Amino acid sequence: MIPVIAATVKVMLPLAQLPSNFVHHHSTTTCVAENRFFCADWAAHNFDRYVDPALKQALLVSVSVAVGFTVAMGLALLSHRQPKLAPTFTGLTGVLYTVPSVAFFFLLLPITGFGTDTAVIALSAYTLQIIYRNIVAGLANVPEEAKDAGRGMGMSQRDLLWRVELPLAVPEIVAGLRVATVSTVALATLAFFAGAGGLGQQIYSDLTFKTNIIIAGGLAMLMAILFDLVLLVIQRLATPWLRAGAS
Amino acid sequence: MIELSLPIAFLHSFTGAFDFILHQREAQTRFVQVGGLGQVWELTRTHLEVSGLALAGSLALALPVGAALGHRGRGEMFAIGLGNAGRAVPELAVIAFLVAFIGIGLRNVVLALMVLGIPPILTNTFVAVKQVDRDAVGAARGIGMRETQILTRIQLPLAVPTIMSGVRTAAINIVATATIAPLAGVLTLGDFILSRNVYGDQGVLAGAILVALLALIVELSLAGVQWLLTPRGLALQRERAAA
Repeated sequence: MIPVIAATVKVMLPLAQLPSNFVHHHSTTTCVAENRFFCADWAAHNFDRYVDPALKQALLVSVSVAVGFTVAMGLALLSHRQPKLAPTFTGLTGVLYTVPSVAFFFLLLPITGFGTDTAVIALSAYTLQIIYRNIVAGLANVPEEAKDAGRGMGMSQRDLLWRVELPLAVPEIVAGLRVATVSTVALATLAFFAGAGGLGQQIYSDLTFKTNIIIAGGLAMLMAILFDLVLLVIQRLATPWLRAGAS
Repeated sequence: MIELSLPIAFLHSFTGAFDFILHQREAQTRFVQVGGLGQVWELTRTHLEVSGLALAGSLALALPVGAALGHRGRGEMFAIGLGNAGRAVPELAVIAFLVAFIGIGLRNVVLALMVLGIPPILTNTFVAVKQVDRDAVGAARGIGMRETQILTRIQLPLAVPTIMSGVRTAAINIVATATIAPLAGVLTLGDFILSRNVYGDQGVLAGAILVALLALIVELSLAGVQWLLTPRGLALQRERAAA
């Protein structure tokens, strides 16, 4: 993930330089002083200050979604075996999702302290609901015939789960992961409140400088799109039978 | 020693936060009184006012558009794409964009929050109305209902659960983002969190507790509204399916 973003950032550098010739003929200082819509010269010269925060945010998102996915998968497998647990898990993850992220960060601060850990805990808690729901729905939607076929082949419950049910649920699981990841990129923009840095720190450092807002906000949205594309590719690779059926 | 002192320090900060909510005190910056139920109520009211206006505005725009598109089954790319794009928009960037490009103040903050509220409502309304059973719509047409009647008396009531889940997502986004509205000059409960130099650590924690409670209350109220709006028959059918 990180190399992909680093590569994109490198590709963007010359792009940022490109419009400087025809957007503004004035010097960079005038543009910045007058706080024009977008100061391309300034952007080209200062783009490197956004690279580290962007990478940090990408890492934060990757770790948070990975943690969230692991926990959600555990909960989903538990409630798959014990359906009675499902309403409790749905309720709990729902409550976690409802607490606003900024409040969540500051509620955790006295317990986990200022730093990346706090951000990861809060951000991964947010991903639980959507990922959990999609895994459960994916498992529930596996056709009874497919399971019967597996049983007919002599599969144990465990074989059935790993070799029939989970693979067939992949499209819905990845759909949940995509929604969770895209939202996490957006939420991670607030993670600097917890001490985890990121693009939000850049935004917050100068809320009135238009060029700054456009670059940092734009990078965050671009990052969401990139993550989404990567997951889409993963989904295609993980479900070769869907492509075989389509062609 | 550390193992012992940690939970005590933790308890101490939370009791401090509740003290901040209940009793006024002098600000860290001196000379003014902050905290206490009076200020808490004032900021809560603004928080609810901004959020309520933004949710109402989002509903007024997204509900008719989503329902009209869903009824005709057109504009799928737009309705679904808007929902996806909406999720990728960082809350802080929306508020920052507002501060830098449009200006601060209540009306502007409401507009910014609507950017976060419209997508989930529009997408869910579209999907919900579109996926209402073709047979139910056909039956309604057969007994001579007009298109507007089909929409308001068949499709929308049957779509309530999905529409309301979009409204709840919108409300959660809006209430959460209203927390950083003080950056744009509107003093919501987030002010306790953002102005640590005025309210101190206890004020910050008090703000976090209050914002979390407010969000949970709003979410529960909307769950209640959903229950009231869902047609009895539909609720029964779902219960039976779940059992």
